[in-house]
Amino acid sequence: MRVVSTAPTRQRLIDWGQEEWAAFRRGLIKILVVTNLVLGAYYLLWRGTASLNWDAWLFALALFAAELYSYISSFLFGVTVFRLRERGEPPPAPAGLRVDVYITCYNEPVELVRKTVRAAVAIRYPHQTYLLDDGDNPAMRAMACEEGCGYITRSAVWKGFDRHAKAGNLMNALEQTTGDFILILDADQVPLPQILDRTLGYFNDPRVAFVQTPQYFINVPPGDPFGSQAPLFYGPIQQGKDGWNAAFFCGSNAVLRREALARTGIHFFVRDVERRIRRALREADTVIRRAQRKLMRTERQQIAPALRALCRAVSDARRELDRGDTFQEVTERFQRRVEEAARMVVAADLQQIMSDLAEIQAAEAAEIMRSLHDEAVLAELARRDRSPLAAIETVRQLVPLLVNEAMDYLPISTISVTEDMSTSMRLHATGWRSVYHDEILAHGLAPEDLRSALQQRLRWAQGTIQVFLRENPLLLPGLSIGQRIAYLDTMWSYFSGVPTVIYLIAPVLFLMFGLLPVNALSAEFFWRLTPYLLVNQLLFAVISWGRPTWRGQQYSLALFPLWIKAVVTAAANVWFGKKLGFIVTPKTRQAGRYLGLVRWQLLMMVLLTVAIGVGLSQLALGWRSDGMPVLVNVFWAVYDLIMLSVVIDAALYQPPEEQ
Amino acid sequence: MEITINPAGEQAAVVQLRGRLDLLVASEVKQRLAKAVQEGFRLLVIDMSDVSFVDSSGLGALIGGLKAARMAGGDLRLASVGAQAMAMLELTTLNRVLRPYPNVAEALQAG
Repeated sequence: MRVVSTAPTRQRLIDWGQEEWAAFRRGLIKILVVTNLVLGAYYLLWRGTASLNWDAWLFALALFAAELYSYISSFLFGVTVFRLRERGEPPPAPAGLRVDVYITCYNEPVELVRKTVRAAVAIRYPHQTYLLDDGDNPAMRAMACEEGCGYITRSAVWKGFDRHAKAGNLMNALEQTTGDFILILDADQVPLPQILDRTLGYFNDPRVAFVQTPQYFINVPPGDPFGSQAPLFYGPIQQGKDGWNAAFFCGSNAVLRREALARTGIHFFVRDVERRIRRALREADTVIRRAQRKLMRTERQQIAPALRALCRAVSDARRELDRGDTFQEVTERFQRRVEEAARMVVAADLQQIMSDLAEIQAAEAAEIMRSLHDEAVLAELARRDRSPLAAIETVRQLVPLLVNEAMDYLPISTISVTEDMSTSMRLHATGWRSVYHDEILAHGLAPEDLRSALQQRLRWAQGTIQVFLRENPLLLPGLSIGQRIAYLDTMWSYFSGVPTVIYLIAPVLFLMFGLLPVNALSAEFFWRLTPYLLVNQLLFAVISWGRPTWRGQQYSLALFPLWIKAVVTAAANVWFGKKLGFIVTPKTRQAGRYLGLVRWQLLMMVLLTVAIGVGLSQLALGWRSDGMPVLVNVFWAVYDLIMLSVVIDAALYQPPEEQ
Repeated sequence: MEITINPAGEQAAVVQLRGRLDLLVASEVKQRLAKAVQEGFRLLVIDMSDVSFVDSSGLGALIGGLKAARMAGGDLRLASVGAQAMAMLELTTLNRVLRPYPNVAEALQAG
């Protein structure tokens, strides 16, 4: 159990108990966070003002931008861990709660799921277990029946509608079950019998919406070649977020309060309706203004007053919304005013309206709906040429179209493929509390080949960026400053792809072409940079405190092509409605094939190696005399090589033959 | 929970709910409302006077009914909402979507 793992094994130089050591560590973290930020500012201010080499200005500015990115990362990280919260023993679980256990599955092997189901049924605290099979597999149903576990598949109402993947699977089950508390488990997360006893006690506080416990994997080979374990995230990072009441819900191994999900779902439903009305009004505005500009002289007399009336209707509606009128009142009044405006146009034109109308309805209705999630479509629609008469008709249809379709309340967020993170942010934004309980209460299975591991990582990154773009934590009303930073910290870290490329390419450019981004590697450079780097590493070490984090560090650097791909595809998805991409490779496990997955890293390693060779041999042959800068860059390049090498190991990894 | 649906005019019905409108009955209520709309009642007025307790899942069921009614070109309205239910409507801000009417008669006549 990790709750009590810190001090007792250490040598007692000072006669402190576990509590004192923990407090000492938390204090030390605070001091180091502040020192790190001060030293970083001290270095970067000088870097920005006195050190940029303007002869290589593009390179110099790029590197400086990458360093700023890193500084902001360490600021966000520092704030996140500043109030690290170690909860220790949980409060005892009260008796008599109505608890459901959900196991979500899609296409996993039946026998693998059976293990989870069996363990879930055997959880000690009284509960109902349900297998949520989104694959609708008869063998799965039979297995659930054998194990005495409830079995749920999608009800008929989902036919023909967006299924929303796991979020939809969960919501479908919420409708068909009646537990007040829900433990969610992925199909490959085998729970321990005490999992509910150790978590339900937190719900004594009626404001607590969910309790998250670590995801820990038992099938990870020695050395964790794919970096599956996340000891830093399921540990100091979640504990830090917990300190700001911003622990993340991570989709599995968590208990949720149904009332919190339902209430937050309704809250966001109301927000969504308002957003749609405002969007309809904005669209109406654009359409009207465009029509006004296009008015021909002959039409002017009849139509101009109608368009002016429409304009007034839009601004009135907006004012009423701001005032807090009910949406029904606002939209009814708006529709009435629009009807009146339409009647101002003489009957002779009705014929033309009808013909324009036919062309609008079918094609545009669908597009307007899509525009809710897609700014580009909206812009397109507003740009489109319409006759002024058709414009009036478009405005008349906008509100009913946008608002009626919105009538859906979703207890789990569907704005992202990482519905868990989005849902927890919404819960926090509606004032609910959360708990991170740092005790391993389930044993999971991690992906066993590089392709699946990368695919999973890509999904997380894409989902996180989707949330960043659709419901930015800096803008979402209802979050505290600490919560905003805790969410931004995780999101920001996924933008590291481009800065990493700059860091990787920098020593290559210097060693091969003599391009130096700083005007001199002076003594000042070193005594400003070195303390910053040292404290940074020290802070990281104290935060990790006995947890293996090296693998994670390597992967966060080495997966730079994946992070770039995630940002690009997620942005294309949010802004242009494009599909999120996948990792495409054959599924057969053949070592050679996987090198294709890491081609960019391989290319970078070749470049770095060549650069080291060129730099050192030029120095040895006496062709260049800048010994110190060359050595610094060689050191830097070697460090990069060590970091990158992790993916080569992973690509070539052969699992030991099963006995 | 008792659910009684009484026709009130050609396309309107008054839905009388009695007891606790909570997660235990939410899905049944939602289905009954959707069925009433299917049967041709486009305007549903929910008489809340005998509802002793409402939770968010219960409100969710009403939203489901609202969706069904709006899709059929009609509406769902709440009448005689008690203090606890009113507090829930305000807490979730759902009162901006479902405006409560003082009584069934007014809800039937409005708009």
